Parts: sequence; C-alpha cells; structure tokens
Amino acid sequence: MLDLFGISLIFIGIGFYAAGSIGLLRLPDIYSRLHALTKADNLGLGILCAGLALLNGGLLYAMKLLLVWLLVLAASATTSHMIAQQALRRETN
Amino acid sequence: MGIQLWLMLDLVLSGLALGLGWAAVSSRDSQRSVVFFIAFGLLLAIIWARLNAPDLALAEAAIGAGLSGVLLLSALRDEPAAAAAGDMIRGPKALLVTLLSLALTALFAWVLLQTLDVADKVRMADQIAAQLPNSGVTNPVTAVLLNFRAYDTLLELAVLLAAVLGIQALGPARPPYRAAGPLLGGLIRWLVPLLILTAGYLLWAGAHAPGGAFQAGALLAAAAVMLRLGGDPDAGLPRPRVQRLLLVAGIAGFLLVGIVTTAIYQSFLNYPDGWSGGLILLIETAATLAIATTLALACIGGRPAGWEPAESGAVPTRQRESK
Repeated sequence: MLDLFGISLIFIGIGFYAAGSIGLLRLPDIYSRLHALTKADNLGLGILCAGLALLNGGLLYAMKLLLVWLLVLAASATTSHMIAQQALRRETN
Repeated sequence: MGIQLWLMLDLVLSGLALGLGWAAVSSRDSQRSVVFFIAFGLLLAIIWARLNAPDLALAEAAIGAGLSGVLLLSALRDEPAAAAAGDMIRGPKALLVTLLSLALTALFAWVLLQTLDVADKVRMADQIAAQLPNSGVTNPVTAVLLNFRAYDTLLELAVLLAAVLGIQALGPARPPYRAAGPLLGGLIRWLVPLLILTAGYLLWAGAHAPGGAFQAGALLAAAAVMLRLGGDPDAGLPRPRVQRLLLVAGIAGFLLVGIVTTAIYQSFLNYPDGWSGGLILLIETAATLAIATTLALACIGGRPAGWEPAESGAVPTRQRESK
C-alpha cells in the first residue's frame, strides 16, 4: 500500500517535471519560462523525493532526501532570481 | 520485463550522450556549446552511476560538469573575442580533422579491446577483492588508488601540479567578479560551510564508501569558486606563501611516506602492516588540500595578487574580511 502510494507520488513528480519542461519550451519570454520551470520543478522534485522516501521507508534516508530538496530549492531560487535580474538589466539598458 | 526496461534506459542514455556530445561540438555559439558540455558532463555522471561506479559518478559530476563548466564559462567571460563564433574549422581542414579524430577513436577502441582481453584472463576484480583486507580500507576504489596503485596517484598529483604551474605562467589573475547581492551573498554564506563539511565527510568516507581525495578536493574547490563568484578575488584562499605549501602538500605527503617506507622496508610506498589505513588517510588529507588549491587557482586563472615574493612583502593580500 505504502509502496503503491510512493510510486504514484513519483509519477506525479515526473508529471510536474514534464509540465515545467513544456513551459520552458512553449512560453514566450524568459520571465514566464523561469516561472514555469522553477515552480513546477521545485514542487516536482519535492513530490519525487517524498515518493522515494516512502519507497525506501528509512527515516535517515528520508532526511537526506529532504536535505537534497532544500538545497535545490535554495540554489534554484537564487539562480532564477539572478537570471531574471540579469535579463531585466539587459532590457533596461 | 525488468531487463528490457533497463535496456531502454541504457539506449536513452547512450542516445542522449551522442546527441549532447554532437550538440556541444557542432554548435555555432560558444556559450551554447559550453552549456551543452555541462549537460553532457552531468549525463556522464548518470551513466557512471548506472554502471555501478559511484566514485566516478561523483568525480564526473563535481569536476567534469561542475568545475570544468566554471572554467569554460569564466574563459567565455574573460576572452569574449576568442570565444566569438566564426573561428570554427571549415572546408578541407574540417575533413582532415574529422578523419584524424576517427583514426584516434579507432586506435582507442583497439587499445580498449586489447586491455579488455587481458582483464578477462586475469580477473583483476577478484585479485583486488582477495587483497582488500590487507589494504587498510574497505572501499576497493580507494584501495587501488592509494595502496595497490599508489604510484599512479602520486604521478596524477604531479600532473595537477604541472598544470597549475602552467596556469600561473599565463599571467596575473583574471579580474574579480562584482560583490554579490544580498540573495547570492546569503546563499554563499550558507553553502560554503556546508561544502567544507561535506568535503570532510567525503574524505573520511572514502575509506569505506564512495568518496576520497579527488571528490573531497573538488567540493572544497567548489566552495572557493562560490567565494570568488561572490566577489572575493582570492577565492577564499590563504596568502600566497601558504598557497604554495598547499599546492605541493599532496606530492610532499606522498613522497614523505614513500621515502620513510623505503628507508625502513626498502620498498617505495609499501605500507607496514596495521599502518595502511592511517597512512592512506594522511596522504588523502594532504592530497585533498592540494587538489582543492589547484582547482581554485585554475578558476582564478593566473597568479593571484601577491604571488611574486617581492610583492607579497609589501602588499597585504587579504581584504575579504573587511566587509
């Protein structure tokens, strides 16, 4: 039962990644692309990690995955902010 | 069913590797090439992980994708003229280069076939597994790198030292980056201690799990790169005199152990019984510091301020605590 829940979470996570990637390819400008990519991928990775933690079942393993997710959140939030800032700077110049 | 799924994954990975490799070399825009190359490095890390080689996967992700990517991107920043499109080889020259590359590939394939043949007869993995209890560590990769074939690793460190000397010969350090804003600065303050902690863990874990000097050194260098991107011109390195000591620390530690073992046992780098684990950790610690300093200096891309002895007496080189 728990395994089934974990596997479905992984597939939901993959769905978010797919949505983010489609957004990256289809949206018109850099800001909306960043918006699609960061929102969808950050949430997708979180759900993916939750699914993997359920499949494995160990608490230590789950904590490691949580750490991975938090690190990616911090890094991706900062980099997208910097990309957006750079794009805005180029536009206004 | 299971095997077919794995086969599909392998085919996807191989196809992606070919596609990304082609995209990296055929792209007209240098910046695009570099980005494809970084993605290619990350894909290689996944392939190593799929081949059950986590040590190589870690090294490839940290050095092949991460630090090489940083070096290429900073080269693009500092040499925009050289990086501009239009210097790609065309015409008959391109044909010649293609033919030579194909010949080189065929040569490598032939060499690989020859070595595979030998490996099958001798079963190196079995021999390593049989000797592992005597090596002082339980991770077979570390046992090979720092005990059975320690000589090779010593020479690798010498290659790294030669490379960094070549970089120093290029000229003064590349211009520093502008000071980080509050968001990036916050991330750096948060990440650098974490990177140092993880490097220490990888160094220690190398004895019994994937990790070791190269991976730990790459992470330490990543911390240095973060500091440089945040505006520190010296990438958080200590003053030049200490940098020189750190650069040679790896080879010095290795040679010291080698000379002592030669003096006592008449055998170079043949660790005495019961001492292997400690000696390997000692050598790996020194090698980690040397590798990290080498990679950080490569990122700086030349001689940092105060590198020349005449300068170092007069000019204070550390300003990063001032902010």
